[in-house]
Amino acid sequence: MSGELPFEMPLAEMRKKIDELKQFGQEKGIDFTDEIARLEERYSRLEEEIYSSISPSQKMHLARHQQRPTSLDLIQLIFTDFIELHGDRLYGDDLAIVGGLAKLDGVPVTVVGQQRGKDTKDNIARFFGSPHPEGFRKALRLMQQANKFKRPIITFIDTKGAYPGNTAEERGQSEAIARNLREMSSLGVPVVCVVIGEGGSGGALAMAVGNRVLMLEHAIYSAISPNGAASILWKDASKADQAAEAMKITAKDLLEMEVIEEIIPEPKGGAHRNYEETAAAIRSALISQLKELSVMDACELKEDRYRKFRKIGEFDFAKAEPEDVIL
Amino acid sequence: MFKDLFQKKRKYATIPSERLGTAGQPQEGERPKREIPEGLMNKCAKCGTIQYSKELEKNLKVCQECGHHMRLNAVERIAMTLDETGFEEFDAEMISVDPLKFPGYAAKLEQQKMKSGLHDAVITGQGSILGQPVVVAVMSFDFFTGSMGSVVGEKITRAIEFATDKRLPLIIFSTSGGARMQESILSLMQMAKTSAALSRFNELGGLYISVITDPTTGGVSASFATLGDINIAEPGAVFGFAGRIVIEQTIRQKLPDDFQTAEFNLAHGQLDMVIHRKDMRSMLGKLLEMHTVKGGF
Repeated sequence: MSGELPFEMPLAEMRKKIDELKQFGQEKGIDFTDEIARLEERYSRLEEEIYSSISPSQKMHLARHQQRPTSLDLIQLIFTDFIELHGDRLYGDDLAIVGGLAKLDGVPVTVVGQQRGKDTKDNIARFFGSPHPEGFRKALRLMQQANKFKRPIITFIDTKGAYPGNTAEERGQSEAIARNLREMSSLGVPVVCVVIGEGGSGGALAMAVGNRVLMLEHAIYSAISPNGAASILWKDASKADQAAEAMKITAKDLLEMEVIEEIIPEPKGGAHRNYEETAAAIRSALISQLKELSVMDACELKEDRYRKFRKIGEFDFAKAEPEDVIL
Repeated sequence: MFKDLFQKKRKYATIPSERLGTAGQPQEGERPKREIPEGLMNKCAKCGTIQYSKELEKNLKVCQECGHHMRLNAVERIAMTLDETGFEEFDAEMISVDPLKFPGYAAKLEQQKMKSGLHDAVITGQGSILGQPVVVAVMSFDFFTGSMGSVVGEKITRAIEFATDKRLPLIIFSTSGGARMQESILSLMQMAKTSAALSRFNELGGLYISVITDPTTGGVSASFATLGDINIAEPGAVFGFAGRIVIEQTIRQKLPDDFQTAEFNLAHGQLDMVIHRKDMRSMLGKLLEMHTVKGGF
């Protein structure tokens, strides 16, 4: 194992002890089989304990894990024949968003995803996965192309949020996001969105107006990043863990609130432990969701998507005021 | 169906006057302690000029000295912009709940209601401007910094659906700090909900004028506020997605004073025009009229 998060440290320490004991036994020619078996059993129990009760803030760290598979990692494993397409035809090519044509189980689809970098240099080129307006406009161009050629659309969400910089503002960050929200709602093809890591704010939503929105088990999705919420609420961005607990950001929370339709299970310890297993789980979820949607025509798909978002929100009505009762 | 949704009210005046932000005025049975009652004078936040509140009201809350457009709440905005009679409010009694059981939210909602005299950050309804029927949604910054939670999203969506159904033009006056984070994901989803409703309205040929007032940022700026067929802002209004401080931290540079102002946005192609408050009503009237006259050639 590598890249352990703080809450996984007890496991890492126990693994180290087991390995040391094994090595010691070999070197000295002593038989520790029973002790090792006992330790392995304890390890399994601890593992079960730790991974069956991952807290929202621990999930936040898993979702942001540097080794977590990115959109491009998953695209390569889920689809065949991926052909990347570039540019928004208006300003540039934002590398924080990737997209193009691919085949899912032999069927041509359009796939678009937000792309974090794999290392520092890559991250700088990709603005740490935070898109500029030209990124959202590239995504929309590809989605409208899919609409024209009647291809299903699959999007992968993985961003801390839209890029908060002056250049993005000057080129209409708000407009780019808003336009995507409006135009995605009117697409006449199936749209399935998967939150694979962090779904941060409007930048995430700008590519997540789907008939079905799925989340990986440890992905998070929220109106504002827990860090942002903490700095606004308590004037202290370092209280992100605390904010994460209050904000209902986990896949389970969102399923309960009917904001998403399905949770895709991750390998034990998180998606970064096994890319293939993660990709296979996403692939089968995508195929079954698209099969369900394939019976709908363009109008029904639009109606279905409208209804999905239309019903979200909780409110009440105040008791009528005295003057109203008299009248 | 819509008849059930929108109970007709007699007149706009159903909102009691004590809720209209007159907290500074002496209450009945209580003698003013100071010689100059609070609220008699008003200091411009931009240039510091002190002027009589009454004069300022007459001047539509625009500073006579520097032209600074002070923030209006929804009640003031409606009184200033719509025809005097015939305003019917929609969903006046709709209130926020605390779906996430977010620490401190319920108490803050009560406090915001007391402070602003409003039920939530938007008032919706139908009325007319210079005799032309229109559906409006008017936001108030003084309720929870105009943040969009479920109630704001739902009321605006219902207003858009009403306008779609009745084939009426729509004007939304925006002002907002963004999503209401105490409703987290539910508030984010209001962006998609309102934008989807605008998509239907748009496809059926409805006219939507977005009026951006100070400040309009975050989730509201990145949804319905920018989706107008015509986008208008008041002078000096801050309009953008990310906040100035966040951007300065990102780029590690100071931003120019005019960054994200209405004028800055006009120069960057994000707005059709910047209109002084005193001319807003007539401009809206003209635009509405332009879209009703048909035929000829």
